Amino acid sequence: MKIHIKNGRLIDPKNKIDAMRDVFIADRRVVATGDAPQGFVAEQVIDADGMVVMPGLVDVAARLREPGYEYKATLESEMNAAVAGGVTSLSCPPDTDPPLDEPGLVEMLKYRARSLNQARVFPLGALTYGLKGAELTEMIELTEAGCKAFSQANAPLTDTRVLMRAMQYAATFGYRVWLRPQDSFLAQDGVAHDGEVATRLGLPSIPVVAETTALATMLQLAQETGVTLHVCRISSAAGVELIRSAKRNGLNVTCDVSVNHVHLTEMDIGFFDSNCHLVPPLRSLRDRAALRAGLLDGTIDAICSNHSPVDEDAKQLPFAEAEAGATGLELLLPLVLKWVEQDKIPLLDALSRITINPAHLLGVKMGHLSLGAHADICIFDPKTSWKVEPSALRSQGKNTPFNGFEMIGRVRYTLLDGQVVFQQ
Amino acid sequence: MNNPQLNSNGELQHLLTTEGLPARILRDILDRATEFVNVAEGREIKKVPLLHGKSVFNIFFENSTRTRTTFEIAAKRLSADVVNLNIGSSSTSKGETLLDTVDNLCAMHADMFVVRHSTSGAAHLIARHVAPEVHVINAGDGRHAHPTQALLDMFTIRHYKKEFHNLRVAIVGDVLHSRVARSQIHALTTLGVPEVRVIGPKTLLPNHVDKLGVQVFHDMTTGLKDVDVVMMLRLQNERMQGALLPSAQEYFKYYGLTQERLALAKGDAIVMHPGPMNRGIEIDSSVADGSHSVILPQVTFGIAVRMAVMSLLAGAK
Repeated sequence: MKIHIKNGRLIDPKNKIDAMRDVFIADRRVVATGDAPQGFVAEQVIDADGMVVMPGLVDVAARLREPGYEYKATLESEMNAAVAGGVTSLSCPPDTDPPLDEPGLVEMLKYRARSLNQARVFPLGALTYGLKGAELTEMIELTEAGCKAFSQANAPLTDTRVLMRAMQYAATFGYRVWLRPQDSFLAQDGVAHDGEVATRLGLPSIPVVAETTALATMLQLAQETGVTLHVCRISSAAGVELIRSAKRNGLNVTCDVSVNHVHLTEMDIGFFDSNCHLVPPLRSLRDRAALRAGLLDGTIDAICSNHSPVDEDAKQLPFAEAEAGATGLELLLPLVLKWVEQDKIPLLDALSRITINPAHLLGVKMGHLSLGAHADICIFDPKTSWKVEPSALRSQGKNTPFNGFEMIGRVRYTLLDGQVVFQQ
Repeated sequence: MNNPQLNSNGELQHLLTTEGLPARILRDILDRATEFVNVAEGREIKKVPLLHGKSVFNIFFENSTRTRTTFEIAAKRLSADVVNLNIGSSSTSKGETLLDTVDNLCAMHADMFVVRHSTSGAAHLIARHVAPEVHVINAGDGRHAHPTQALLDMFTIRHYKKEFHNLRVAIVGDVLHSRVARSQIHALTTLGVPEVRVIGPKTLLPNHVDKLGVQVFHDMTTGLKDVDVVMMLRLQNERMQGALLPSAQEYFKYYGLTQERLALAKGDAIVMHPGPMNRGIEIDSSVADGSHSVILPQVTFGIAVRMAVMSLLAGAK
């Protein structure tokens, strides 16, 4: 299928392109931008007048809930949500049931995802068996099955000796280790940031030191073992500062933030809004400002949706008992655009955080529109405003803290491998 | 953000917390309670028909004898039909959710729910869920709030001290886990108490307690100096050992309210406790039973205050 995308504003952060350029696709790949290649006859023409043409989004944290939690979401529903949000590549954490600790499970997931032919799925393998934090998984086998990195998801790994061994082993083969920093003793049964709101509402709290002590340990061990460490879902100003100085000292470390934390703070919990029960907890205004600053100066490499669909019953409970998580795949792009508008960020810079940067973190060749690249493309209308209505979301998870918010920017087309997989 | 406790006319729809309630509503409750105290003391028949024909459901997901009993007496004195449900933790093992339980009771035409639950925010969740003509009273949710306890404390303070604007009040003990303390702090500051102090070791005070508008003290000697009111908190058994406190003995030695420590307060200071007391742990018997103690009057006033809240919610004049 030969496709001509015309009249659009092409933004390709990897190649530093932000210009009015047409895009030409043949044999599932980008064959030219700007002028048509000689003899190119389009079978389909997409008029992107007034729209932005960009690489499909790469989301480094989207829970698909399969296998094991199909009552919360299924691959079908969530892949639908992904392409509706312009996301063409995503990585899913290993905290399924059973966890992704066996090559067979990973192969099955990849196979199921591929047969749906919507977004590309890059699973993260479990770092330890059953995510129990005791025994290493067969990382070589898992990598051969398709895992792009190894993670504990939100499961604790309290034994620092096991953590160091896992890093050493991963480093031997050049595998990436992705960890979310949280000391499980300090966090214990906490459900909200240890700040003014948790004090007022009497919610068990998670102090910032739960993040920083775990992070400091991780950074030391990464230095010691030489592993490629990726820090997931940083949430605090102090955490950002630790990563900034580690990077300055030349440590091989990267980091991401959830888009929820770019916009929300503990204040949004209001009177126990369980939609704001998130992991990690929403922190203070000062922390949010530091996360935004960290994104700008490159301390934080990528923004993810941290998509975690939860069934309705699990949210209809008192705040602390409600399951943590929010749907996010369809809101990632508009929320990044909101940040662009609020902080006057150049669009090219902002979009790198959801395209080429996360692709680098995963070590995949997506996230750009160079000649010969896979034609994974998102075309969005940057001017259309719309209101978030949970029932209109394609994700099976309807819970979002942004319920009722006005968004600007709507995905019109999503192309995967040179095929239109979503259109509205 | 709308205050979920008030209706569109600014009237009390639910009583969930003392936080964010206007002083006029707090004063209205205290004034009504004064009338009910007089009713109880001055009449042979203690009943008034203000809630006649209404159904009040006491749903207690956490055990309580005292609070439930005072709510029950208050509702009966207002001539309401009262149903007590001690649900404990068994409902969850039967698979029924909190809101399912509430829906079932609504189907039995409940007019008012009195709810106690071990998780912060449970009463808010129920209040958001019920029909507009149903009222919810929070009888204690997790560490969050216990507004009727705080209101009866305010009533007691006003009874003995007349005014709020010239007082210095100290709250002593486990503020971190205390819903009573949080509700007291909001009520005291709303009613204009210029100086509210909290006293306790760092392990029993929330990190950001100063944001609630209180002064923080870690020792009794400076904290109790010249206060008009000492509000003791109950120390739960499970806090007395482990990582929060080394032992009950050491706690009493440093934070127990004894006659010597009370002497640091003003000569006419009153001593309060929400009960049940741990004698010899947070309070010495000689203080609990002494001339400064108003602990038993608190209980008496508790009934009048709960009658006031129920009648206000029911819209009765």
